[in-house]
Amino acid sequence: MSAVETFLEGTVRTATPLAFAALGETVVERSGVINIGLEGAIIAGAFGGFVAAGYGSTWLGFAGAMLAGIAMAAVFACFAIHVRADQIITGTAISLLGLGVTATLYRQLYGATGAGLSIPTMGISELPLLSSIPVIGRPLFAQPSITYVLYLIIPAVWWWMYHTHAGLGLRATGEDPRAVVVAGVAAKRIQVLSVLFGGALGGIAGGVLVIAQAGSFAEGMSAGRGFIAIAIVVLGRWHPLGVAAAALIFGAASALQYFFQALGWSLPYQAFLALPYVLTLLGLAGIAGKAVAPASLGRWQDQR
Amino acid sequence: MTSPILALNDITKRFNGISALESVSLSIEAGRITALLGENGAGKTTLMRIAFGMIQPDAGSILVDGRRAHFHSPSDAIAAGIGMVHQQFSLIPAMTVSENVALGGKGRFSSKEIASRLHEVSERTGLTIDPHARVADLSSAERQKLEIIRTIAHDARVMILDEPTAVLTPRDTAELFTQLRAFAVSGGAVILITHKLTDALEHGDDVSVLRRGHLVLSSRMSELTEATLVTAMLGNAPHVLSARESRSAPSRVAASLVQATIHTKSRLTAMTVTLQVRAGEIVGVSGLDGAATPLLRVLAGRVKPVSGEVKLPQKIGFVPENRRDEALIEDFSLAENFALAGAGRRQGLMQWHAMEADTRDVISVFDVRTPGTAAFPAKLSGGNQQRFVLGRELIKRPDLLVLENPTQGLDVNASVFVHERIRRARNDGAAVVFYSSDVDELASLSDRVVVVSGSSLTEVSADRDEIGRALLSVERNDER
Amino acid sequence: MNAELALVADALVRATPLIIAGLAVAFAFRGGVFNIGAEGQLLVGAIAATAVTLASSGSIGRFSVVLAVVAGALAGAAWAWIAAELKRRFHVLEIISTIMLNFIAIHLVSFLVRGPLQEPARIYPQTETFIKSGRLPLLVPGTRLHLGFALAILLAVTLAWVFNHTAFGFRVRATGASPAAARIAGLIDTDKTSLAVFLISGALAGIAGSVEVSGVTFALYENLSPGYGYTAIAVALIAGLNPIGIIASGIFFGILETGASALQREFAVPSSLASVVEAALIIGALTIAAVRGRHPIARVAES
Repeated sequence: MSAVETFLEGTVRTATPLAFAALGETVVERSGVINIGLEGAIIAGAFGGFVAAGYGSTWLGFAGAMLAGIAMAAVFACFAIHVRADQIITGTAISLLGLGVTATLYRQLYGATGAGLSIPTMGISELPLLSSIPVIGRPLFAQPSITYVLYLIIPAVWWWMYHTHAGLGLRATGEDPRAVVVAGVAAKRIQVLSVLFGGALGGIAGGVLVIAQAGSFAEGMSAGRGFIAIAIVVLGRWHPLGVAAAALIFGAASALQYFFQALGWSLPYQAFLALPYVLTLLGLAGIAGKAVAPASLGRWQDQR
Repeated sequence: MTSPILALNDITKRFNGISALESVSLSIEAGRITALLGENGAGKTTLMRIAFGMIQPDAGSILVDGRRAHFHSPSDAIAAGIGMVHQQFSLIPAMTVSENVALGGKGRFSSKEIASRLHEVSERTGLTIDPHARVADLSSAERQKLEIIRTIAHDARVMILDEPTAVLTPRDTAELFTQLRAFAVSGGAVILITHKLTDALEHGDDVSVLRRGHLVLSSRMSELTEATLVTAMLGNAPHVLSARESRSAPSRVAASLVQATIHTKSRLTAMTVTLQVRAGEIVGVSGLDGAATPLLRVLAGRVKPVSGEVKLPQKIGFVPENRRDEALIEDFSLAENFALAGAGRRQGLMQWHAMEADTRDVISVFDVRTPGTAAFPAKLSGGNQQRFVLGRELIKRPDLLVLENPTQGLDVNASVFVHERIRRARNDGAAVVFYSSDVDELASLSDRVVVVSGSSLTEVSADRDEIGRALLSVERNDER
Repeated sequence: MNAELALVADALVRATPLIIAGLAVAFAFRGGVFNIGAEGQLLVGAIAATAVTLASSGSIGRFSVVLAVVAGALAGAAWAWIAAELKRRFHVLEIISTIMLNFIAIHLVSFLVRGPLQEPARIYPQTETFIKSGRLPLLVPGTRLHLGFALAILLAVTLAWVFNHTAFGFRVRATGASPAAARIAGLIDTDKTSLAVFLISGALAGIAGSVEVSGVTFALYENLSPGYGYTAIAVALIAGLNPIGIIASGIFFGILETGASALQREFAVPSSLASVVEAALIIGALTIAAVRGRHPIARVAES
């Protein structure tokens, strides 16, 4: 593969788990809730996927990942929506909980070393005609099958959000949960279901990391992707298509390191490791508040 | 005899042990306008929220066309043909008219379908609105029209309106009642929640009066006199719209704006004003759609004008309209809330002993009913909260006192108290500027009145009709 | 007897950075600033303290420790300032920016200890070890308990006093509880107050880092902090964001983590169990706060 194809392939690879997580969080935030515990859902999904895949197939693994993500989200929903505890703090606690529980369980179940455990991994599935398209064919259509699931979910969520009454209710809830109740919309139920959906996709994102990329679990392997995904939601302006594009752009910017390495530019490797986080800051600074958040989400951002 | 279209029987509701409604019954007949009268806090809104499914009664039943109904949420009530037009917070400003009308529906969403529905409603009632307009761009009167259209579009047979005339000019008010009468004539029923006697007298066919959670009167309007109604609303205390006093001529200028350019709330337009407020006078400000707020906030020193000259005194007292978010901190005790005044400039250590003593002074002088200085604002009633806030601002003897809608939502006693204190401050030499949406209050309390629009400032005398006329012409100018 | 004393001392040593970083988090949260970046601010504080100590302890002796702590505070404040400025100028949510800065700080440490600051022999990914005069003196000889613990107590008491008795502390609390009321009723400059909160919070976290290198590790290396900055959030929340309470919850967590390490050595119980307990405690604290109806910090997304 040429350098360009390597770069594009890396772009899609990096973007896939981020897109899953960010898409889920988009639905959550459009309902007016912010789930900082997304990181917890991702790492739980990674671990859940690791365990479930060990019992059978890769698809069983993804099912396990999804359930693990939903479980973390359910705890968040219980405290943040039902009990109305502070969303930021609850979310932070969920992330800590996820990281701690998965690390503990991993060491318990697989011993202190935990090395050399193998699970079935999802390899590349080339799509017949599509992968032959020059330049973008292989990067887009020679990916693990789970990526194709992503390609289907993105337009589905978009259509649902803008062309059904349920999607309208979601968007309205995010603007003003009090107003929609008066119009006959079940705001709280929408918020809970959105959070669970976000957890499911977050869990799948974790599953992608383990089953379709690394092939094994490592403590803390989510590496802040949950928070990066939240930034991607902002960059994508809370729109499913925008978020998908933002994830892709982020993936591209991260994949640039391959270019640099190929060109022989010698930067300390830590600079590449830090790159995603620096990019997130630059991206958010670049958008500079021009993106308009759902109004009731914006209520907690210090009002000027 | 056909059963009433909606019947509420023996409704009881308590909040935290305090009784809001005690065994209240209401019978609504099709084709008629029922006025639900009562002072602020009498329980009218609570009763209608129960009828609309927003809250559940502790006891009692709801019957629709004679059949028992249970409303667990507004969607149940809407399905049963009950619609409600609210005072605020019921439309999504960022969304269009169609989207707001469509809320609560099921299945696929198509704006074409909604547009044709709206067209249908418009053919039937003559009420038209642009389906693609953003609600944020609509005026208060248009938003209210949208809410009415929405209830009709959802096939409401009973339309409940909560204090609909609060935000309307006299002309819009007349327009509203024409529409309501047409709705009733076509077979619907209208319930009008209001604390304004005049609206009830002029337009109500039936009237029910609530006082402190009890139904004290329910009858056909034709069988009543105004005096009976007043007594029913207030008990035996006559409604004293505190009498105007004569006062000495105002003296030096306390606050002045010269060619000050102020952004309106939406930041889309700006007005340039020149205004002087003198010590020893009360200036009433009237305006539509929040036009008055920016002006008051500049006078109170909370907002800086874009350009121009502003001269303000050192000590300013400010009582904002949004008491819960802008005047008080829920998590702070009363003493800490007292300390909030002047916190911005305070240096060094907090003198809590002195603060506590001053808080106790405010509580006693302003007759605030509270368990003590350590109590939290939520424990106080609205009237007592306002007394406290007013006391906090007045105790430092400000040279300028600015108030936004100071008696909104307060019962008669608290309102009279607030008026008294405002007059006393004026007599003590302070300059007072206040905004009110109530034309009668403006007329009785002000020494002079200014009417504000998005672009201009007009001065009129403190006469009810003159103020009304000025509002009308300001509205016409803005529309041009 | 000595073994027990050693364990208690160890718990207090472990508690020290948790208390100081916990104060940093509590100060921020009380002021309405969601500083989740204590971890990164702590690390850059450690970097600054290390650099200053290595550069000066040979020449000015004990005084280098003081300089190190000050340098740590300044570095932590500077790291927090980045997030503050991103928020002020570009409306970037501090929750995200501070976490991003955490990760950047971790990689910065890695780069420094493998590069410019690496020990002369260039074998291990760490800096030179501090000489004796560059270290914090011990409170109890024979144990590891160092002066940093006393500093932690002092900072906690000072912070409590600031909150309850100073006009500045009142402004911080008002801004955190309700920025709108603070501005309108109190005429408080909430922008200026928020900036001060960011900087002081960062400084406190920086001090936690510098105290850790000057009192415990005596060198900078990767994985210096096993997540102190995040645990500090739990410490702060469980104490209800109360400075004196943080002393107690910090010590409690210190015992928990020391005990967990001991358990791991003795019985192979994973020490990450402590993180689970911590997170569970936060959720418990949240429930209690929500049930009581009062939040110790500014309400975020109230219904």
